[in-house]
Amino acid sequence: MNKSATLKTWFVLLLFLACKAGGNSAMALGMKQVPEKMSMDPTLYLHAMLNPFVAMGIVALILALLTRMALLSMADLSFVLPVTAVGYVFAVVIGKMFLHETVTPQRWLGTMLIFGGALLVGTTSRNTTE
Amino acid sequence: MKWLLVIVMVSATVLSDLLQSYEMKQAGEQSVTARGLARLLQTIVRKRLLILAILGNAVSFFTFMALVQNEPLSFAVPASAASFVLETLLAKFLLHEKIGARRASGTLLVLAGVILVSG
Repeated sequence: MNKSATLKTWFVLLLFLACKAGGNSAMALGMKQVPEKMSMDPTLYLHAMLNPFVAMGIVALILALLTRMALLSMADLSFVLPVTAVGYVFAVVIGKMFLHETVTPQRWLGTMLIFGGALLVGTTSRNTTE
Repeated sequence: MKWLLVIVMVSATVLSDLLQSYEMKQAGEQSVTARGLARLLQTIVRKRLLILAILGNAVSFFTFMALVQNEPLSFAVPASAASFVLETLLAKFLLHEKIGARRASGTLLVLAGVILVSG
């Protein structure tokens, strides 16, 4: 398999995970600062977007969507799905390190399974339809 | 009601991902530089199936939101992970991807992990 194409795929994967994690964190932070409770009223969502963290989160999540599409142009869907699940591992590790959340043994086990599974899928050929 | 939301969410996710995968493979390898992303946006605007895929993404996002408003996250996340198995099977039969024993077992490990993490 072409080594530089493989490196590019892993770079795009890391970029996607960073945009997704950054976007979700900014959204969560921003939405906590928005006083109104969300409902079916679309003006509430538009008003929430004026919060800088929410706006940054939306931009990062749009970038995440585009980088995931770029990833799908390079690799199989059945490859992308499990390897992008590493995002769950990031969420647990970030929660533990920065937010000092308690992580139960069950969550650590789940995290290890996701990591192991993604590693296993990562060793398969990324594009089988070429 | 909650199962209806799960069905809508999983169907929208599956449809969106299958369409995205099909169209992006057709479009060829994309770059993630600023120019590459701008070109990708132009591709999206030109391809009706990609617009449908993004709509599917939006439906999936809002049904997930509606689900977590009424149900615990420990139900919503594993329920949304059901799309994992369905998408992998459809990728094999509709997109003709080769799913060997290693990829299949890795996917099942990830699925078990997601269920444990959200439990």
